Order: sequence, then C-alpha cells, then structure tokens
Amino acid sequence: MSMLLEVSGVSVSFDGFKAINNLSFAIGPAEMRAIIGPNGAGKTTFMDIVTGKTRPDEGRVIWGERNVSLLGMSEARIAREGVGRKFQKPTVFEDQTVLENLLMALRANRSPFAVMFYRSNRADLDRVEELASEIGLLESLARKSGELSHGQKQWLEIGMLLAQEPRLLLVDEPAAGMTPAEREHTTAILVEAAKTRAVVVVEHDMEFVRRLDCRVTVLHEGAVLAEGSLDHVTANSQVIDVYLGR
Amino acid sequence: MSDSFLKRNPSVLIFLAVLALFVLAVTLLAEGAGAGVISTSFVKTLGKTLCLALVAVAMDLVWGYTGILSLGHFAFFGLGGYMIGMWLMYARTQAIVMSSLAEASIPATESEITDAIGNQIFGVVGSSEFPLIWIFADSLVLQLVLVVAVPGILALVFGWLAFRSRVTGVYLSILTQAMTLGLALYLFQNDSGLRGNNGLSGLQNLPGMDHVPQATLSIWFFWASAAALALGYLFAAWIVSGKFGSVLRGIRDNEARVRFLGYSVEGYKLFIFTVTAIIAGIAGALYYPQAGIINPAEIAPVASIYLAVWVAIGGRGRLYGAVIGAVFVSLVSSWFTGGQAPDVNLGFYTLKWVDWWLIVLGLSFVLVTLFAPRGIGGLVDLWSERRRPDRHGADLGPGAGALREKEASK
Ligand SMILES: Nc1ncnc2c1ncn2[C@@H]1O[C@H](COP(=O)(O)OP(=O)(O)O)[C@@H](O)[C@H]1O
Ligand SMILES: [Mg+2]
Repeated sequence: MSMLLEVSGVSVSFDGFKAINNLSFAIGPAEMRAIIGPNGAGKTTFMDIVTGKTRPDEGRVIWGERNVSLLGMSEARIAREGVGRKFQKPTVFEDQTVLENLLMALRANRSPFAVMFYRSNRADLDRVEELASEIGLLESLARKSGELSHGQKQWLEIGMLLAQEPRLLLVDEPAAGMTPAEREHTTAILVEAAKTRAVVVVEHDMEFVRRLDCRVTVLHEGAVLAEGSLDHVTANSQVIDVYLGR
Repeated sequence: MSDSFLKRNPSVLIFLAVLALFVLAVTLLAEGAGAGVISTSFVKTLGKTLCLALVAVAMDLVWGYTGILSLGHFAFFGLGGYMIGMWLMYARTQAIVMSSLAEASIPATESEITDAIGNQIFGVVGSSEFPLIWIFADSLVLQLVLVVAVPGILALVFGWLAFRSRVTGVYLSILTQAMTLGLALYLFQNDSGLRGNNGLSGLQNLPGMDHVPQATLSIWFFWASAAALALGYLFAAWIVSGKFGSVLRGIRDNEARVRFLGYSVEGYKLFIFTVTAIIAGIAGALYYPQAGIINPAEIAPVASIYLAVWVAIGGRGRLYGAVIGAVFVSLVSSWFTGGQAPDVNLGFYTLKWVDWWLIVLGLSFVLVTLFAPRGIGGLVDLWSERRRPDRHGADLGPGAGALREKEASK
C-alpha cells in the first residue's frame, strides 16, 4: 500500500533546542495512528510541521499519490490538499454561530469570488445538520459558539474537521475535558473516519488509545522511540523508562 | 440581491428608508429645488457628509469586519478627489481659455491653446508644462476610470507587499500611516505635477454647466452622494452577510485558524483592502467637487486616524454604526470649528470651541473606547435587546483586531 503522508529525516530547532530530531513517520490513506509521548516530546510540533505552521530545518514531507512536497506550501494550500487539523486548545470562531462555523468549514471552493457568491443551499444545510446531530449540537446551531462549554467547543471543532472532509485528520488531544461517555463517542467517530481516511491522534489517556485499537508511535525528545501495537510498545523497556515508568 | 437578502438583513431596509426620507426632506427644503430653508452651502455640507459616511462604511469593512486597522484609507479618498479634480480643472480652464482666445483676431493654434491652459493651471507653481500624469485630463471618462484605478492599484500593490509578508496589527497600521504620509509629502512638492500645496481648486464649477446655478448643482451632487452611499452600503451589507462575511470575521478574530480551514487569508485581505480603497476613491471623487478644493493637507496622516475615530465612536463591526459615527462627528465637528458654537465664558478664561473641539473629540474617543465600546450604534441594542456575552474579559479571538468582549453580542 502506498503511503498518503511520508515524513522523513525531519529536524527543527527553536533557538538551538532540538524539538524534532531526525523524525520519520508514514501513514497510509485509510489508517488510524495514535501518537503518544511525554509532554514536550514534540507531538504538537510534528503537527505544526505537517500543516505548514512551522518550517523544518531539514527533512522531507511528501504527500499523496503524486508525491508532492508539502514544505513549500502555505498553510491554506496544505489544508486544501486535504490535511485537516484539530487543535489541542479548542479554537472555534467564538463570535459566530455553530452554523456559521460549520458552513465555513464545509468542503467547498475556497477562493474569494466563489465564496462571495456562495449562498447556502439545501444540500449543504442537510450536511451541516447531519454533522451537528452527530456532535450533539443540532439544538445549538443558532447559538454563538463562544457560549458553548469547553466540551461542546471540542465537539464543534471535531465537527468542523469532519465537514472539511480531509484525507488526513490530525487530532491533538481530542478527549481533554470530556466526560467518559463523550470520550467513547469521540472514539467511535474517529474509528469511523479512519475507515476512509488517515487519522493521526495525539492523546495522553491510555484507555482512550487502547479503544482506538491501532498502531501506536511513541515520540520522545523529538524522535520515534518505538512503534507497533499498544501492547508491543508498552512492553518496550525504553518506553517504560521515559514515559510509562513516571 | 434577492428580497431574501433584505429580509434577512432588516437593518439594511431601515437604513435605506431613513436615507431616502433624509434625501427627500433635504431636497424639499433646499434652496435649489424647494423651499429654500436650507442654504446651498449647507446642502453641500450634507452632501459631503454622505461621502464621509461612505468612506466610513469602507473603513468598517476593512477594520470592523476584517480587523485590519488601516490608517491610510483617507489617502485613497484624496486620490479619488485628485483624479476627478484634474478633469474638472482642465476642462474648465480650457473653456475659459477658449472663450478668451475667441476674441483674438488671429485664430489660436492647437499648441497655443495647450500652452495657455498649462499656464493657467501651473502658473502658481512656476511652470506651464503639462506633467505626464495629466495626459488623460481632457477626458472625463478616462479620469473617471482613474478614480477607481489609481486607489485600487495603489492598494493592490501596497496590500500585496504588506499582507504577503504577514504584517499585521500595529505594524500594519504604522505602515499605512507611512504610506499616506509619504503620499502627502510627495504631493506637497511643487514638481509633483498636482500644483503642490495649492492643490486643485475651482472644482465646484462643472465644465459646460455654467448656466446651472450652484444651488441646483449642489442638489445634484447631494443626490449622487446619497445614491453612492446607498449602493456602497448595500454592497457592504451583501458582502458581509454570507459566508464571505464569516471568513472576514474569522480573519479578524483568529486568522491562523482560517488558514487551517484552507482559506487564503492574504487573498481575502488583499481583496477587501483593494475594494475598500476603490470605495474610498469614489467617495472622494464625489466629495471634492462639493468642497471645491483639494490639497495635500487633506490626506495628512491624521485624516485617516479621524476615519478610525468615527468608526469607533459609531461602533465598529456594524455598518450603520460607521455611518452614524461619520455623520455625527463630522457634523458636530463642523459646527464647533465653523464658529457657530458659542464661546463659553468661564470668567478667568474664554473657551473657544475652535481651539478646544479637537480635545473634546479626543476625549470622547477615549471615553467611548473605555466605557462604551459598542459606540453610538450600540444604543440600537437597547431597543433590539441584543445582549452582551459574559466572557470574563476574554476577547473573541487571539487576533490583534479581534472583537473585544464589550463589543460583542450574544
Ligand atoms: N515556537 C516554539 N518556540 C520555542 N520552543 C518551542 C516552540 N514550539 C514548541 N517548542 C518546544 O518544543 C518542544 C516540543 O513541544 P510540543 O511539540 O508542544 O510538545 P508536545 O505537544 O509533545 O507536548 C517543547 O519543549 C516546546 O517548549
Ligand atoms: Mg501538545
């Protein structure tokens, strides 16, 4: 199976501190992957590199069937290529309604002129309502998203991510601030999404990762420490030392 | 623009109705067309005020909705004025020269006519040559094209350089101030080709319309200004009503997040910056024929700052707020600085409003920013029962121009 995303030999340092150190990572077009690792391991920085927010000092980031490099592209361009991202801290447009947030995220032509003449149609509204009911915000479509609870904002962001219909979902700590029932629901959504697209989940909660039931990559000091099934990596003595042992 | 657009935006209908009533009332009361209660000079003041309201709407689009605090939009306004001023001055001078040469016994040659016009226009700056930039001045159509093209192209080039380098917040504001300062200083030079500090004058006379009294002309311009404001307002309301408006407000509050959704933030900023510069240019082209004169002092950096003050006092992020701010502040301002306001005798000191008005304006700006961030337009909320969210002081997003808690509504 050819890979959707291939990151190889990537390094990045901030003021001399190597946050990512010769990191290599690959994921297929319909695959779920969990990334675990202690705080400061470079998990968020890894997502910053893939989404174009941070330019690496060296290394390659190769995307898709045509093997294009993501490195020269702007954040917006990378997003249009099909990379969607959910941030660690939920970031939604607080002054806008849930409906407006979802409509903005909905997959469509992003050019200014197309957007200017866009008027919402039945099909799009149906899709938004479907998403909203999936994330439990159907009743809240007309509310300003700034009024939502922390957990609801997490949901809205997941909804926006799904609305984008990306080929690769990068999900940074989705379960933070959620109740056990909500976590279970999140797992279900992510597992469903991974049937048709690539999903990378960063998470601290081992129970959550276990339920995802997927390959796990352990990051430590900006490099891959171990990779394999959860049982495999948690049996690794190095992993126990740096992460689980604490 | 279907009626569903107007139905979804009732404030647009209310605004247009108020504007129409205002135009009707002024027309009926004016010297030119009606009862003569309103003097011609006051009709001109009102017409100019409508142009200022239009440029304020543009400012609200770029700052209130997109979060780009441009402090240079009055430069575009002035450029629009200069572009129409060139034709007005050229065509009128040409008419005067022709009629005076017609009395001479020998018919004048083409070049003699051109020289005579040049002498008339550029005599004050010690020249009689037509600079290259006057090449289209004899054509109304071409100068009208320039009214749109010159501010548009300047904004496009400037915006492209600034936004591409991701200059935002205070730095962008400073850069726009530098632009308008640079332009004003350039125009102050005698060899700028636009008559240095003399500027262009006699613009109140429409060439070929000598038989029409100013009282009538003033009403025509008043109507044109009102029509431009109505169209500009409709356009602005339409543009911010749909998904495009969502993206603009998203950029204002959190532009990084908009990028990760796949929208080219730079492209949107460039678009809105350029379009508002064009609107400003059109407003200026209607304003200066009513003012009669334009000179480089008009585009001094502080003029663009006033523009931001109007929008802030009116309430940014709502189009009628910008209009209310511009109309209210500029009318009150011309009342105070025009000498109509009675001096206040404090016994030990006589308070002259001409001197003190700017201080009052500055103070009210500070007070509005601190205590009534939703501006005069916020009064509408009392009646429409829009409420403020309780966010414990948090802004609506991390952007430099993001809406503040006190500006937002539930
Ligand atoms: N923009 C930045 N400037 C300086 N240091 C940074 C920056 N971004 C991340 N870092 C550092 O890089 C390391 C990895 O951070 P991060 O990727 O956020 O870790 P994780 O998400 O795994 O907890 C941390 O030590 C962090 O302080
Ligand atoms: Mg992190």
